[in-house]
Amino acid sequence: MKIRTITEDYIRDLLAQDTREDGRGLLDYRPISIKTNAIPNAEGSAQVTMGNTKVLAGIKIVVGSPMPDKPNEGNLITSAELLPIASEHFETGPPSPEAIELSRVIDRGIRASGMIDTKALFIEEEKVWDLFIDVYTLNYDGNLFDAGTLAAVAALSTCRMPRYEDKKVVREGNIGMLKVGNPITSCTFAKIADQIILDPDSNEEEFMSSRLTIANDENLVRAMQKGISGAFSPKEIESMIDITFDKSKELRKLVGNLKE
Amino acid sequence: MSGSEKPELIINGKRLDGRMPNQLRDIKIETGVIKNAVGSAYIEWGRNKIVAGVYGPKEALPKHVQDPEKAIIKCRYAMSPFSGVEDHSRSGPNRRSTEISKVTREVFENVVLLEQFPGGEIDLYIDVLQSDGGTRAAGITAAAVALASSGIPMSDIPFAVSVGKVGNQLIMDMDKIEDNYSDADMPVAISPRTGEILLLQMDGNLTKSEVSAGLSMIKEAGETISKIQREALKAPYEKILERYKE
Repeated sequence: MKIRTITEDYIRDLLAQDTREDGRGLLDYRPISIKTNAIPNAEGSAQVTMGNTKVLAGIKIVVGSPMPDKPNEGNLITSAELLPIASEHFETGPPSPEAIELSRVIDRGIRASGMIDTKALFIEEEKVWDLFIDVYTLNYDGNLFDAGTLAAVAALSTCRMPRYEDKKVVREGNIGMLKVGNPITSCTFAKIADQIILDPDSNEEEFMSSRLTIANDENLVRAMQKGISGAFSPKEIESMIDITFDKSKELRKLVGNLKE
Repeated sequence: MSGSEKPELIINGKRLDGRMPNQLRDIKIETGVIKNAVGSAYIEWGRNKIVAGVYGPKEALPKHVQDPEKAIIKCRYAMSPFSGVEDHSRSGPNRRSTEISKVTREVFENVVLLEQFPGGEIDLYIDVLQSDGGTRAAGITAAAVALASSGIPMSDIPFAVSVGKVGNQLIMDMDKIEDNYSDADMPVAISPRTGEILLLQMDGNLTKSEVSAGLSMIKEAGETISKIQREALKAPYEKILERYKE
């Protein structure tokens, strides 16, 4: 038998009463704010807070070489770092499986959405743009998947596009913006004691039995990732897809407002 | 994902290798292939060739990784440098294999009765010798047989398989060329006894009803895969029985 702690019992008791530690409903997000161009030196950047979770995404666009199997396409490279400053549970050293999973799930959504046309990142033969998205975790309080995707998408949506002129990269002055397609957002769910909640915080993540992230645009599911050892039934997955299509409207609106 | 020089993947309702949309590749599983391991299985799934081995339960080391309530699973999925048709690839862990190792470990954390071995460690190795698409699913299917053959107690023998989409057509168990040009890929692992989903990944584009239809196709294919798993587990004992009859 697993020994339960006071915190876990408390969270379970609250869920049984349809509420959570911060008084939220089971399918509510915490307050979200987005600050774009937080790092003016980067081509694009955005800091997202989701409750006490704080992440910063930065974008650099540099000249690189195409992959041998895609000679006419630029490269999209997404990384995520769980900085030791963000939590006492994060340690220095090579990226943990958790950090790698986070970066690959963020990458998968953006890539599958076609938000970035990698063919448009072609410069000339043997020369393409490498677009680096780096997601930095500054404070961890759960749900890095949604906060990280939102930060990356907000940074992409407000990203400058350097020019390649006379064998030189022009980053200053009269340059255009990166062309982006329909934005992708993700909704992450946690299951605790057979109840499903949206946007888990760190206490809830500690006691969840399973997790599901669904990335979507207006009409289609673009990426999914189940995590942790617990299970979901097909019915639960279908209901989470419905909730995602509904809740993602709020997130897309936040991203949409950035451009205006 | 789809490229510009995309080949026609379904012609007259049939796929490039002659399969129907909902048809699995041929699957063969053999147990006991690694004598040193406590349990092992070799799977040929189409052109995929994968070996899975189990060591333990043993004391978890270093000591700080021990869980006083249950055993931990260490899982390593790796592709050999000669496994693909492309150039020689670097061996050792990369981001893809690290993620696959993690989600595979999580599948087995669900079904292995870890509480029976407090402070213990179970090592699970999945080595892809030749790859042709769908290696994580084939690896999980083989690892489930390896674990069952080791006698480590489990609540179920999970299986895994992937559903893909080409145009508007869902197709079962994509091979490499289909995977390269498909519109979606959704690998899933299921515990057949409960029908619960232990692994779910997806990328590309699917509607909600395609996700549901894909999950149903996977459940149906699971009956075939589970049967092959059980027969592989029984085969060595049936050989012994034969000998007694003679």
